[in-house]
Amino acid sequence: MSKKEMLRRRREEMIEENGVIFLDNVSKAYTTGSPALNGVTLSIGRGEFVFIVGETGSGKSTLIKLLLRELTATSGSVYVMGHDLGRLRHRQVPKFRRNIGVVFQDFRLLNDRNVYENVAFAQRIVQTPPSEIRRNVPTILATVGLAGKYKAKTRQLSGGEQQRVAMARALINNPSILLADEPTGNLDPKNSWEIMRLLEEINESGTTVVVVTHNREIVNAMHKRVITMRKGVIVSDEEGGEYIDED
Amino acid sequence: MKISTLFYTIRQGFANIFRNKWYSLASVATISACLFLFGIFYAIVTNFQSIVMKVEEGVSLTVYFHSEEGVYNEKEGHFADGCVSHTPEQLPSDERLEEIGQEIARRPEVSKVVFVSDEEAWKKWATDSYGEMYAEGFPENPLAGENSYEIYLSDVSMQSALVTWLESKPEVRSVNYSAVTADTLSGANLLIAYISLGIIVILLAVSIFLISNTVAIGISVRSAEINIMKYIGATDFFVRAPFVIEGMLIGLAGAGIPLAVIYSIYNYALTYVMERFSVLSNFLSFLSVEEIFHTLTPVSLIMGVGIGFFGSIITVRKHLRV
Repeated sequence: MSKKEMLRRRREEMIEENGVIFLDNVSKAYTTGSPALNGVTLSIGRGEFVFIVGETGSGKSTLIKLLLRELTATSGSVYVMGHDLGRLRHRQVPKFRRNIGVVFQDFRLLNDRNVYENVAFAQRIVQTPPSEIRRNVPTILATVGLAGKYKAKTRQLSGGEQQRVAMARALINNPSILLADEPTGNLDPKNSWEIMRLLEEINESGTTVVVVTHNREIVNAMHKRVITMRKGVIVSDEEGGEYIDED
Repeated sequence: MKISTLFYTIRQGFANIFRNKWYSLASVATISACLFLFGIFYAIVTNFQSIVMKVEEGVSLTVYFHSEEGVYNEKEGHFADGCVSHTPEQLPSDERLEEIGQEIARRPEVSKVVFVSDEEAWKKWATDSYGEMYAEGFPENPLAGENSYEIYLSDVSMQSALVTWLESKPEVRSVNYSAVTADTLSGANLLIAYISLGIIVILLAVSIFLISNTVAIGISVRSAEINIMKYIGATDFFVRAPFVIEGMLIGLAGAGIPLAVIYSIYNYALTYVMERFSVLSNFLSFLSVEEIFHTLTPVSLIMGVGIGFFGSIITVRKHLRV
């Protein structure tokens, strides 16, 4: 068995044992102030839909940054798709990130390019042949309900549509995990629900979805697993749980 | 890397220029300004150096040899060369004279050696002084035995070393040279070198200042884009390559514009000076526009592309660690 195959198998075993996301007693401290994360242990299984909730400064953003390997833990271990992120070399990070789709509150689209280009861009990065890109992009745009808008500049779209473009871009490479950081933060209730329904559909197709949100109404209505964070620690982790207020 | 990715990268490099028109324009203007100053300075210094070199080429020294020929001054008791008597090794045969001429010609600081026989020397002196008739009126050559070499230098600063070497030869009676001329020209050369160095340092400092400012603008324009690329899983190369191509294209444009401007200005200035001050052309010869651009074009293009290349690498590098 080749070394590559051995590593792949080890990662598979790791996922089976601990889930696609596994944090083992993770702390993250910045140079000033109290630690952003303090001894967090967490496991998210394949195909789960999880809300991470908490007030500003509770450590949610730091958690997302650790999962994307934008930051490394001060102590403890972070495993994503069986990769020990603390041991991941800088040059291995891009390939690792291709397993994860990310959606942000502010959409983070390339505003000087049209909808098609924004989505196709994610495929160009992984060097998908142009013929496949031409086939895949319209399909994914249809999935997120933007079939007729592929030529539009992103600035011409509504907030909800921009978030759909971001989701199409996140999904086009078939990631195993979709991280959504406040995906409804800039949207009205109608668009928020549409985005959440889309996330649910994506989850039903087998993708693990992790949503960081402040939106109590959505969390309480969807009856998913809810992890509540406060001051860098997990204070509750319940299947079908509810958004718990700090006070 | 796949061919399609390569073409995509190049296309994006071109597209980036138009996407960020103002940034591109600012970068081109910055590089153009620096290379314009460099080009003007280069044209002036090269011309100055060329003039000094032409003056140097005219500097010669003359070496005379011992000889028993010619008039023996009985009253003063010495030969025409001033010697009372000669040892055999002081008197060079014709072969030895030729050999010495070849040795001189082989020296690196020597550009040309001309043998002047005693007859040629007398004829020239007499003709220059009194006319041809006067020279023919003499029954014998008063400069008999005054064979000499006229030596022209390629590097005037080496004149004293050559003189020392010549004077160490037993056959050599005297060496006529002007130490003042050589020193003045060497000094001028040194001065040009110092001024060049000073101006290059100033230009470099100005360039770095201007380019770092432009790069700072570039960083603010690009940071969001680079950030998105990195989150999606782009490799450092994939992120960097379009920016590098864009930077090189900007550098190319930034070098091309001043070259075109300097070409026109130089041509115009040269024609104007030569027409208006035609008296200058007798003792000053300026380099042609082709001679200047033979070196200036590749140097400017390399500098422009280099500045664009490194500028973009530095800009992008700051944002790769996402």
